[in-house]
Amino acid sequence: MWKRLILALMTLPTAVGAAAQEEPSALNMTRGVTEISRDAYDMHMLLFWICVAIGVGVFGVMTWSLIRHRRSRGAKAAKFSENTVVEVVWTVIPVLILVGVAVPATAILLKTNGESPDPEVVVDVHGSQWKWEYVYPDEEISFFSNLSSTSRDASQLDAKESPANAPNYLLDVDNPLVVPAGKDVRLRITSDDVIHAWWVPQLGFKKDAVPGQFNNIDIRIDEPGTYRGQCAELCGSGHAYMPVVVEAVKPAAYTEWVAQKKKAAAQEAEKASAPYSREVAMSQGKKIYESACASCHQTNGQGIEGTFPALEGGKITTGPVEGHLKIVIHGSEKNPVMQAYGDQLSDREIAAVITYERNAWSNDTGDLVTPQAVEAAR
Amino acid sequence: MSQTADSVVDQIEHDHSHHGPRKGPLRWLLTVNHKDVGTMYLVLALVALLVGGVMALVIRAELFQPGLQLTQPQFFNSLTTMHGLTMIFLAIMPGLTGLANWMVPLQVGADDMYWPRVNNWAFWMLPPAALLLWWGFFMPQGAPGGGWTMYAPLSSTYAPPSIDYVIMAIHIMGISSILGALNIILTILKMRAKGMKLWDMPLFTWTWLITGFLLLLAMPTLAIAVTMLLTDRHLGTNFFEAAAGGDPVLFQHIFWFFGHPEVYIMILPAFGVVSEIVPAFSRKPLFGRTSMIWAVIAITFLSAIVWAHHMFTVGLPVEAQVLFMYTTMLIAIPTGIKIFNWVATMWRGSMTFEAPMLWALAFIFLFTIGGFSGLMLADVPADYQYHDTYFVVAHLHYVVVTGSLFAIIAGVYYWLPKWTGHMYNERLSQWHFWLSVISVNVTFFPMHFAGLAGMPRRIPDYPMQFMDFNMISTVGAFVFGFSQLLFIWLIIQTIRGGKEAGDRPWDGAKGLEWTLSSPPPYHTFTEPPSPQTVHNEGPHGYH
Repeated sequence: MWKRLILALMTLPTAVGAAAQEEPSALNMTRGVTEISRDAYDMHMLLFWICVAIGVGVFGVMTWSLIRHRRSRGAKAAKFSENTVVEVVWTVIPVLILVGVAVPATAILLKTNGESPDPEVVVDVHGSQWKWEYVYPDEEISFFSNLSSTSRDASQLDAKESPANAPNYLLDVDNPLVVPAGKDVRLRITSDDVIHAWWVPQLGFKKDAVPGQFNNIDIRIDEPGTYRGQCAELCGSGHAYMPVVVEAVKPAAYTEWVAQKKKAAAQEAEKASAPYSREVAMSQGKKIYESACASCHQTNGQGIEGTFPALEGGKITTGPVEGHLKIVIHGSEKNPVMQAYGDQLSDREIAAVITYERNAWSNDTGDLVTPQAVEAAR
Repeated sequence: MSQTADSVVDQIEHDHSHHGPRKGPLRWLLTVNHKDVGTMYLVLALVALLVGGVMALVIRAELFQPGLQLTQPQFFNSLTTMHGLTMIFLAIMPGLTGLANWMVPLQVGADDMYWPRVNNWAFWMLPPAALLLWWGFFMPQGAPGGGWTMYAPLSSTYAPPSIDYVIMAIHIMGISSILGALNIILTILKMRAKGMKLWDMPLFTWTWLITGFLLLLAMPTLAIAVTMLLTDRHLGTNFFEAAAGGDPVLFQHIFWFFGHPEVYIMILPAFGVVSEIVPAFSRKPLFGRTSMIWAVIAITFLSAIVWAHHMFTVGLPVEAQVLFMYTTMLIAIPTGIKIFNWVATMWRGSMTFEAPMLWALAFIFLFTIGGFSGLMLADVPADYQYHDTYFVVAHLHYVVVTGSLFAIIAGVYYWLPKWTGHMYNERLSQWHFWLSVISVNVTFFPMHFAGLAGMPRRIPDYPMQFMDFNMISTVGAFVFGFSQLLFIWLIIQTIRGGKEAGDRPWDGAKGLEWTLSSPPPYHTFTEPPSPQTVHNEGPHGYH
């Protein structure tokens, strides 16, 4: 630990050199892979050097005074207390500097907020406590993007696994957003509950996900690659656990990915219409659990003490089925963070996830909850 | 309340207390003396600084390395929320109000505040408000975790019940601030010594006059915002509920219409303190006194029309973003004028570096760094990257800690000999200063880098790449926190005894407060200072 700290202090100066590499820099803003991000970077560097120049001037004069005009060196205080010319000069010069900054900033701002007339791909991005949902309206694809289970396990208080061993700790998801590189992509960002912010530093902007409002962003990613970021607006206790991962792939690979996703969705639909049995319910339920429930109650069903109740051995999951159905369908009156899933999931999905919760881990209730039971409980 | 009523109150006080404080434990509860009230404000601020500081240290300890070691995420969020609210409303604001209570009547040659009893009330509202605020930690679902900004709907629909207590606490603190502001404004406008024109007033009094008006604008706005939260929660209104036709962004507009002026409420009196200290230890009159005052007035006006720069990423129309970018950048001009004027005051001075001056110099250096990052944040395209990262955390702590807090500490060192009649221990104060100024930079400077590298603010756990900077920040924070124990020890030592301070412990200090004995008599200026004294201690009597 302390060794690491000392090492960190020693390597600070050399880390500056890392800025030229592909990987995001440890010391400075990343230059990124879109025009927007490079404009932001250039603006940032311009401002930085202006500040350095002003700083050298002001602190230089000040330091000179501190050294030369001290009483211990016998300095006698002058009597002057104003000088109109000087005061006018140091008002006018900052005005000129500000105008010099405002002109490029305005140009970039207008460009960044401009919309592409004909985006190739449109994705609706829904923030949700605490995961992202990506909906491709034209392709009829949609999926949730959850924190990867290795990160989730390592992020617990008293975790057995160290964060250092989790690949891309807190920056890894099960299903990344996939978009074609080199094409215009429109993201329409909104939220299903509280305010989140969708942010990938290398793509160069962040936009708040506000309930009841779509915030559009048009981007074009130059280079294929995987780009990582996090939610940037305080959105509750899972705020640190909402990574954003974007995979930009070659257009051909994108087409293939879309076809695969569609096929997988068709298979899912087929499975969903297969005869409802214990095995089907358990495997379907596990999937739904991991995308809808695990961000609070954890993959292992342990929940988080004091915030999210444990489902393993819990009153709801091992008690009467009626209570369990009620809370999943209608949500919790006591704790608004427990959403009502009645509108989000079908009867069969709710039946499956409840069956899973009642039989997973050490919960061996043996219950098989049917879609008919869900319908009756609605 | 009229002048006559006040003089009756004053008369009664005189009859009972015979120019001395009331005896017994009720002295502090019932006191209407501005010096007692000022002392109580400062003590409260110090207590809150410790409470909020402990919260900060738990936050920093958790962030020392990746993974969770000490806190659950929800508790962490409660800590960041309460740390912010505590420091702003119970440490910095009462600290500055405490200085005002002590010094404004002395600086304008008044015998007390305009409404002494209201003054007592304004103070005694704060301790219950503090308890209401902190009580959330002991409630079943914990203290609110929606941030000190309390954005809806996280702080309306999704908040624990303790948010209602916080809203009540904010209402009470707001009423207290408004009463305090009115009292200070009236004291300045109605009770100035004969011969003291407005433009002759000391800078500290000037900045507080303007801050008073800013408080009258800002605090009711905050009250409106939190009342709307409350009615959304309990009375079925839907101001911020999108599903029922409300708009969560509305909360942000109202909140920041308060919130931006609020940061100037915390910094303008600090400007005032520094403008008193720098001339005193440079032994030269303040450079550009008139432009200093106009700069404060300009900053005040601008502060009311820049609120949306806190919201550049919520999806404002691009025209609005351009407008708010321009107005925000304009603030750099009057702020720059102030900094240039302080530097020009030191230029060709005859400087010495006792503790008040050291803290004032650190203020100028470090607040300027905070100003630079502020200028960078004003620039919208770059702000899309900076927004809600540790770059913002670094910026706000450079302006609030090394700005407001450092100025309060500078002011305490400057006036402590006057308040107590004793000199503080100069050697120990040098230790306090150097430990603090080094560790505060170790704490907050690396946050710029963490933010630029992409670390969002308000997260209890972070990706591996941000580890090094967080370790450094945590070490700095602990040194800074514990260094303040030296400050407390120094104050206690000075109150209990020490070298006699004399009426004017600083040879370069000007102002009516220095014409009094140290400590000043319990009832000051029962005989108003003579116009000759007023002239000699004012800007025209400097040479």
